[in-house]
Parts: sequence; structure tokens; C-alpha cells
Amino acid sequence: MTAPALELIGLKKNFGPAEIIRGVDLAIPRAERHAIIGPNGAGKSTLFNLISGLIPLSAGEIRLNGEAVSGKPPFEINRRGLSRSFQVTNIFPAMSVFENVRCAVLWAKGERYAFWRSVGGNRAVTERTEEVLSAINLQSRRDVQAGVLTYAEQRALEIGITMAGGANVILLDEPTAGMSKAETERAVELIRRISEGRTLLIVEHDMSVVFGLADRISVLVYGEIIATGPPAEIRASRQVRDAYLGEEVP
Amino acid sequence: MSETASVLPGMKVAASRGGWLIWTLLAAAFALAPLLFRSGTSLTMMSLMGIAIIFALSYNMLLGQTGMLSFGHAVYFGLGAYFTVHAMNAVIEARLPVPVAAMPLVGGAAGLGFALLFGWVSTKRSGTAFAMISLGLAELVGSSSLILRSFFGGEEGVSTNRTKLLRLFDWNFGAQVQVYYLIAAWCLLCIALMYALTRTPFGRMCNAVRDNPERAQFVGYDPHRVRYIAFVLSGFFAGIAGGLTAINFELANAALFGASQSGNVLLATFIGGVGHFFGPILGAILVTFLQNMLSDVTEVWQLYFGLMFIATVMYAPGGISGLIMMHRPVWRAGALSRLMPGYGMMVVPVALAAAGAILVIEMATQIGVHGAQGTTMKLLGIGFDARSVPPWLVAGAMLGVGGLLARLVGRRIAAAWDDVRAMSLTHGGVA
Repeated sequence: MTAPALELIGLKKNFGPAEIIRGVDLAIPRAERHAIIGPNGAGKSTLFNLISGLIPLSAGEIRLNGEAVSGKPPFEINRRGLSRSFQVTNIFPAMSVFENVRCAVLWAKGERYAFWRSVGGNRAVTERTEEVLSAINLQSRRDVQAGVLTYAEQRALEIGITMAGGANVILLDEPTAGMSKAETERAVELIRRISEGRTLLIVEHDMSVVFGLADRISVLVYGEIIATGPPAEIRASRQVRDAYLGEEVP
Repeated sequence: MSETASVLPGMKVAASRGGWLIWTLLAAAFALAPLLFRSGTSLTMMSLMGIAIIFALSYNMLLGQTGMLSFGHAVYFGLGAYFTVHAMNAVIEARLPVPVAAMPLVGGAAGLGFALLFGWVSTKRSGTAFAMISLGLAELVGSSSLILRSFFGGEEGVSTNRTKLLRLFDWNFGAQVQVYYLIAAWCLLCIALMYALTRTPFGRMCNAVRDNPERAQFVGYDPHRVRYIAFVLSGFFAGIAGGLTAINFELANAALFGASQSGNVLLATFIGGVGHFFGPILGAILVTFLQNMLSDVTEVWQLYFGLMFIATVMYAPGGISGLIMMHRPVWRAGALSRLMPGYGMMVVPVALAAAGAILVIEMATQIGVHGAQGTTMKLLGIGFDARSVPPWLVAGAMLGVGGLLARLVGRRIAAAWDDVRAMSLTHGGVA
């Protein structure tokens, strides 16, 4: 059997005396769409920051495609096939939409730090950039400065940057937060398309998004996963209802 | 700044043809300038402009392209000059067959080498930490230049003789015009190289790191590495500029490292505009021109210089190139004529206020600096006493009326801009 795409073993994180992540174990097989839900302050974003290397672990281990990546800087983890989006839009604001996406393609296409060849010369880079632009439906805005896009467009660009490099594990942190219903529907459609055949880990508050998209769901409460399973099982779980979902479950 | 390749092949060809036209014009301007401006002063000034252009563009690789504010860029310029002078003297002594035209490479290598050394630590952070370290390094190198006398030559510096190197095509570089062409050729080459750099994968990642270093990490790039490479390449070009300075003056001294040298390149780059590649070129030309011209006209030229910098920061943070590029879409939409009346009217209050300010500054200088010799002075051929009341009243009135009128005309210009923007929205032509 192949190693899980992403494996978290005894993950812990404390900020001073405050334990935010209190021993998380989770194995996500390849090509699974996995959602993490939980009340505010449960540690969902902290978990993402640990996995992507933004903040160091206090204890435990993270394996990406079977390889230990804990302690590596974010760019090393990214090069090994993990890409993430942010809850607060995190793009390159002074650059054009096209350049934003292209920068996310460069490393994966082997350009590295090349300062001796033209950036337009690599056909594979240009083609991939065009492909991503059309996937996120921003071709018509390609030459616009990213900082002046509408909020929904910036969120789409954020997803585009995240998927552009061809990482096989994608982490999305509340991709539909702050969107209207119509915008959310379009975003979910986009996420479904781009995560085809890849491993997706998503934090989301909108339960219709979560239950519509995820193959499995984990419930994180006070830094611990209290349940993991298919949507139907999570919806039916007494423990989850008590801890989090209440009576408003669809 | 970021021009993307067009999807339409026809447009791509047109764009690159426009590009060739610009490069040809630039080369022609460099080649023909000495025929238009023949005097010795102009030749000297144009030589300095060429050097300043390279230096300012190398500075903008840090500030504009990668988002690093350096207060010590003169370090690599000055070291480039010193190493070039020493290399020239060594070549002369050993009678090596090396032409003077190749010597700026020594300066470039020195700039690159010291940037490799100093850059590793200082580029770990951008922002304030980088700015402070650059200042500290400038102090460090500046003070060692006074201690290590055998290399830096103390107060008087180290001199050389550019005519004693190998001659090519019978050019001995004794005449300033030959030095000018040497500088012009290097300047053109460096402009082309630095422009090409902005169009590489590395150049794009510099912009990405400038915009958002955190995000750059999550697309696979180490911001420290990107900054470090930018710093080293920038040091290389600054070193070439230093090498050309050494050839131009046949001298390297401690003033080349000085804080004012680091400050000047920042000023020139900023006044020209950091947001566009050609901005620092304009800034370098203008600032070099003013430094040479203003210092003949007034002894407090640095004060005017500072006022100009403050005005740029406050009213045109994009610099001259920012102002120009702001009007490009308007011009394309054919709406420039709508802005012109307002701009034309603005000339009057600006001239009035500037005249008032000049009068105040010059009278204050007369009293403060030359008060002991008497306070009668002459401005535009009119003699008056700086201690008497009427000229101060005139100056105050000019400042007041100028400021008031500027405000009124400013409103008119803002309204015209609103018109232009509204128009472009309905036509969809202007971004």
C-alpha cells in the first residue's frame, strides 16, 4: 500500500502555556477530499499553519507523500508538493493577474532562480498560466493589477495561485468566506474541478459546502480531533452534535 | 511595470518592434549627444550622467524591483572605484596588454564580491532591519577607508593615469570625449542587461518578494535567496559604475563611499520613480544636471534639492516616471486635451510660489551667511536690501497668492481627471 498523501502524527502546538493543538493524528489517502470543521478557536488555521511550515511544531511529525517534512521551511514543503491558500487574501497586489499566476508556476516548471533566460521563453510556463487563468475565469482580467480586483476575483486568484504549481496536496483555508451565495457556488465548482485527482484538505464554515464536497470530514474541537468519517456518519454522530453542530445540521 | 506578452501574435510583433525602436533611439542619443553639446562642461556632465544612470538603475534593482531600501549602496560603488584604480595601476606597472575599456569589469567584480560577503546577513530581512544593516555596513566601510591607508590612500585617495594602458584603435582616453564614449557604451550595455534581468524568472520573483514575501514562500521560493541574488547583481552594476568613475576622474577617494553618495542615489532613483524601469534613468539625468547647474547659481543648492525631494514624496510618490505613465492611458484614449487647460493654468501659481520661496531662501542666506559683509543683494538684476521690509512682503504675497491659486487650479484639475476617468469607464478603454 502506498503512503498516505498527508499524515499527521501526534501533532502538538503550544503558544507559551496555551495548548492550541493537543495531539492531532490524521492520515489522508491520495485523491481524498477531506474537510476540517470545528467551532471558532478550535485551532483549524493553526493546524494549517503547522502543516504548511509557516509556524514550527511543538511536538509530533508531519509526513507528505511518506516523507517527513516537519521543521522544513514553507518553500521546501511547497517544492515537495504541498500548496495552500490563506483565509485572508494573500496575493501579489502590485503585479498583474497574469504575473501572479505565472510566479506560482515558475518553480514547478523548473525555472528556479534563473536570471539568464527570458521568462516568456518557456512555453510550458505560459501554457500552464493560461490554463489556470481560464480555470479561474480571469482571462479577461489578466493585465489588471491584482490589488484592484473585486473580493471574489481576488479569492479566485488566491485559489489559482494555490493550484498553479501542480502540487498534489492542496490546503484551502475558508475559500468561500465572505462570498455571496452565487459566488460560493461558483467557488465550490472551481474547487471541485481543480481538486480532481488531487488530495484536498479544506477548512470551511459553510456546512453546505463541506457536506457537498468532502469525502471525509474531521471535527476539530479545542485542538483535538473528536471524530473522523464520511459526511453521513459525522452528521449522525451524537458526540459531534453535542460538541459542535447543534440542531442546525442540514 | 509588468507588461505581459500579448495573446495575439500580431500585437506581440508590434510590441517588440516598438522595443527595438526605443533601443535604437537610445543608442543614437548616446552617440549623437557630444555632437550637440560640444563644450567641455557638457561632456563632463554627460559622462557623470552615464555613470549616475548605471548607479541609479542598480539601486532600483533593490528598491523598486525587490522592495529593499538601502542607505549604503555607495559601498559597492566606492569599492568598485578603488579596485579599478588599483587594478589600473597594476596593469600599468606590469605592462599588461589590457585596454582601459575592460577595467570597469574589475569594479563590477569588486562590487559583486563585497555584495556576496555583506549581502548574506543583511538580506535575511527586508524592511527596517535591512535598511539599518545597510547603514551600519556603510559606516563600517567608511571608517575602514580612513584606517587602511595603504589601500585607500587616506584623505587624498589613490590616483591613476588612464592614458598609460593598452591603446586600442589609437584611442588613449586622454580627451574627455573618448571617456564619454567609453562610459556611454558601458551605460547602454548595463541598461540593456538590467532591463533584461527584469524579464527573467528571477526578475519576476523579485517583484513577488517585494509584494508579498510570505506568499512567495508558498509558491516554492526562498525570499532570502531572491533578495541575496538581487543584492549581489545590484552590487555588480554599482561596482561597474564605480569603475567608470575611477576612469573618469583617474582617482578614487573616500568621498565615493560617503553617506551623501548613498543619499544621492536614493534621491535620484526616487525622483525619477521606482515603479518603472526607466524612472531612475530620468532621475539620474535630472539630478546630475541640477547638481552641476544649481551649484553654479546658488550656494544653498542642496536645500533646493531637498525641497524637490520632499515635493516628490508628497505630491508625486511615483516620481517623474509615475507622472508620465499616469497619463499614458489618457493619451491613448485621446483625452489628454481635457487635462491640458488645467495644467497650463497651474504654471502661473507654481511659478509664483516658487519665486516667493526662492526669494525667502536667498534673503535668509544673505542675512544668515553673509550678514557680516552687508545685506544688499541682487536677484535677476534687481538690487535690494534683505533686511528691509518690502522684499519680504513681496515674497510673502507671492507665496500666499501662489498657494491660493494653486489650490483653486488643483480643484479644476481634479475635476478634469474625474471627467477623464468617467469617460474611460463608459468606453472601457482605460484601466
